[in-house]
Amino acid sequence: MKSVQARKLKEWVIEKSILLSGIFSVVFVLLIFLFLLREGFSLFRGESVIDFLFGKSWYPISDPPRFGILPLILGSLLVTLGAAAISVPIGIAAALFIAEIAPLRLREALKAGIELLAAIPSVVIGFIGMITLGPWIKNLFNIPTGLTALTGSVTLAFMAMPTIVSIAEDAITAVPRQYREAAIAMGATQWQTTWRIVARAARPGMLAAVMLGIGRVIGETMAVMMVTGNAAVIPTGFLQPVRTLTATIAAEMGESVQGGPHYAALFAIGIVLFIITFLINGVADLFLHRSRR
Amino acid sequence: MVNPQHKFSVRNFNVHYDHFSALRNLNLEINANEIFTVIGPANSGKTTFLNSLNRLIDLVPASRCSGEILLDGIDIRAGMEVETLRRKVGIVFALPLPLPISIFENVVFGLRMQGVRDLRRLNQAVERSLRESYLWDEVKDRLSTPAMNLSGGQQQRLCTARILAGQPDVLLFDEPTSGLDPISTARIEETLLILKKKYTVVLVTNNVAQAARVGERTAFFLMGEMIEVSETGKMFTTPADTRTGDYITGKFG
Repeated sequence: MKSVQARKLKEWVIEKSILLSGIFSVVFVLLIFLFLLREGFSLFRGESVIDFLFGKSWYPISDPPRFGILPLILGSLLVTLGAAAISVPIGIAAALFIAEIAPLRLREALKAGIELLAAIPSVVIGFIGMITLGPWIKNLFNIPTGLTALTGSVTLAFMAMPTIVSIAEDAITAVPRQYREAAIAMGATQWQTTWRIVARAARPGMLAAVMLGIGRVIGETMAVMMVTGNAAVIPTGFLQPVRTLTATIAAEMGESVQGGPHYAALFAIGIVLFIITFLINGVADLFLHRSRR
Repeated sequence: MVNPQHKFSVRNFNVHYDHFSALRNLNLEINANEIFTVIGPANSGKTTFLNSLNRLIDLVPASRCSGEILLDGIDIRAGMEVETLRRKVGIVFALPLPLPISIFENVVFGLRMQGVRDLRRLNQAVERSLRESYLWDEVKDRLSTPAMNLSGGQQQRLCTARILAGQPDVLLFDEPTSGLDPISTARIEETLLILKKKYTVVLVTNNVAQAARVGERTAFFLMGEMIEVSETGKMFTTPADTRTGDYITGKFG
């Protein structure tokens, strides 16, 4: 009798501790968000939200300080768009190649390589971008500095690629083999089958892959800080230095006075980033769920 | 040498999967406009045979074929493009497999792959092939809905229709009714009897009674060898080989 009770107690403890860890992970995210809101919102006692979001100058330590993050938002957008333009076509094509065309042994090698790419620390990628890509771009376009939005885009494309390739490849591999056989049996060529049937059936998963890849690019800090030149001006093209939201927080948090307006402004940038990544993940989730149905 | 009545001529045909011999020294003829049925227990080589006729067997990386198969006197390996062969020789699988697109697009998929864009031609092909497969009346008002929403029997007839849309010569059926209820099965069998007036039909079935109902000539396969081939009626009354008789009467398999 006693052993039954002991077992029941054990079950109860295990069940509740798992429940507790689940609750904690949600609570921590909520607390982080609340902390962000509390620290960030103090800025808006002296500053309007419109001025903050659409102000054209970011001079946080001038007198009076000016906290307009439009240059930073545009910097992030430009770098992200550039990175997406490079990594999405290559990533999707690579995923199709790995899943559909590559022979088994090459497929395994490529998948291992992609995973290795994901494991490279961002500071290493940033370092490589800074000392090899930067000078190359500087010479190629004959511009005063090689640390530009373009450099950031190319560097970040490398960081988005593993995410895009591995998730898109999963989606493509999940397409039932029978679709391929049916299409081929009707006289479709390999490429027609891949493009018209497999890519179409895997489309929700591939969109999710793209969104998650972009989410990684927007949130990336270290590499982008090292290669974009960090000039908080409104960008007019890819060949000039820009500064992103993330790099601003990382670069300036150490020198801001805790509780001061500069400090609050950096937290407000954090809120903006949080909302952007939340939206991107939400959209990706939507597509992933649709593909499972 | 080539008999115009023979749609397919199979000569000394062998298939190996790695070291496993799936078909050995197969020699047979399939006549135009007949229903040729293939019976035999599991792993007897029936599906391998069917997949050889339109070279779907090429998709199995470990497979090796030798010997020759002639379609209208032309070697299907040396004499024609594999896509052309597969348009002429359509296949309906055991499990209904509509593509994840609309009913209309399923039917015209093969035509679109051939580059047909003319909407009137596509519309005509859809109506003609859906009528031939006896599905038109059930789906004519919802051609743009996903094919996945159809019932199993309807999906199987849709799979037949999408083959017919390409105007093939030969229709291969790989146990087309194994996943269907008796009423859907009866409808498919009726369809087969009408289709054979226009097309040559090769039906692989694990249902001996079905072969007796619709077949004109029947081949009995066992462990990768063809034991005998003859008129269906003759095989079912006076089989030449005792193993055929044993299988038909249900002593094994």
